[in-house]
Amino acid sequence: MYSPTYAAPKTVDEAVGLLANASGAARVLSGGTDLIIQMRSGRLRPELIVDIKKIDGTIGIREEADGWHIGAATPGAVVGEHAGLCAAWPGVTEAVQLIGSTQVQGRASFAGNLCNASPAGDSVPGLVAAGAKAVIVGKNGKREIPVEDVPAGPGKTTLAADEFVYEFIIPKCEGKTGDAYLRFIPRTEMDIAVVGAGVCVTLDANGVCTAAKVSLGAVAPTVLVVPDAAKALIGSKLDQAVLDKVDAAARAIAKPISDKRGTAEYRIKVAGVLARRAAAIAFERALAR
Amino acid sequence: MAKTHVTCTVNGEETEFLCEPQQTMLDVLRDDLGLTGSKEGCGSGDCGACSVLVDGRLVCSCLMLGSEAEGKEVTTIEGIAQGDHLHPVQSQFLKHAALQCGFCTPGLIVATKALLDANPNPTDEEARYWLAGNLCRCTGYDKILAAVHAAAAEMRGEAA
Repeated sequence: MYSPTYAAPKTVDEAVGLLANASGAARVLSGGTDLIIQMRSGRLRPELIVDIKKIDGTIGIREEADGWHIGAATPGAVVGEHAGLCAAWPGVTEAVQLIGSTQVQGRASFAGNLCNASPAGDSVPGLVAAGAKAVIVGKNGKREIPVEDVPAGPGKTTLAADEFVYEFIIPKCEGKTGDAYLRFIPRTEMDIAVVGAGVCVTLDANGVCTAAKVSLGAVAPTVLVVPDAAKALIGSKLDQAVLDKVDAAARAIAKPISDKRGTAEYRIKVAGVLARRAAAIAFERALAR
Repeated sequence: MAKTHVTCTVNGEETEFLCEPQQTMLDVLRDDLGLTGSKEGCGSGDCGACSVLVDGRLVCSCLMLGSEAEGKEVTTIEGIAQGDHLHPVQSQFLKHAALQCGFCTPGLIVATKALLDANPNPTDEEARYWLAGNLCRCTGYDKILAAVHAAAAEMRGEAA
């Protein structure tokens, strides 16, 4: 019978040591809402499960000089209860709360969503648009990389076998900055994104966009950054012509598959619509600051 | 492989068990601790029939390993009533006939208790979203929602 080893190390060094010395496949456990299902279905049969939740700093949210630090395994429900982070980054925090039911929210985390590496992970485009960094720990120490550099393809990450995500750092939301994440699903709750779009903009005192980042989920093997949409937004006050360019840029970069949730053609169309709508909400939020 | 020795609190009582590393909390509750109130519907976190509270937070016990319960406080459907006194959520489910086959009911009662602990006066929309992870294939949910609101009113001390 399949029987892995379970370990719940209390320090990063201990966890890295376990991962580095694992003889067979090892998996990091945060909320488990993907991993445990995959183990039960037989899709994954790790020999070693490293539960990182006993490590200091993997659960919780702190505001520090360099930004918001969110522990890798912080459940969505805990994120949603953090008034400060939700006020600063409504797009990022709404996105993670779209994942699953109340029960799933009690466990599901940003790091699990990112490292499960589904192209449709709801919390990923929001983090990418916000310019979040993933803090990776491993036997060579600690490194910070943009969130979009973590997924390598469906079910695959760029992390080495001895590495895991310890936390995320989201910049402080300073000045007139606003973000938004929208996803489309065939019903109102409990489904996987057909398309997701995250947008973050910063405006100057006159309401002119000085910085922007647009990100799409579920339309390519990994989360996408849409540089042409950002280019269209920067320097603008967001009019119809700019929204048309954002829409076109999102459609141009989207390379989705067809599946039971939608055809590739439909997903491309929806990618443009969601990018446009999310940009409008991000602008509105930035102007209100 | 070695079994994990776990010490936790289940329904207020200190509990120890040995579990296989791949065993879910639901398996431990049902097969080792004899607490068969929590049900396995889907085994993949979609149906909510296995809902329990862990340190007060609503989770699917099928999406948690038994080993993860170390040091935690777990509340199952068996821990919702106070002795012989049904919890208001339980009595209102009975009063409103908010069940037919009853398979989803333990999960719905645990989830509703968590809802009302967090939000004593939910709107219909808030209650429906909160309970979206608890599937009931019999009732059509209207009687469940009636029971939820009646329990909320009772817990707020308002006359039913």
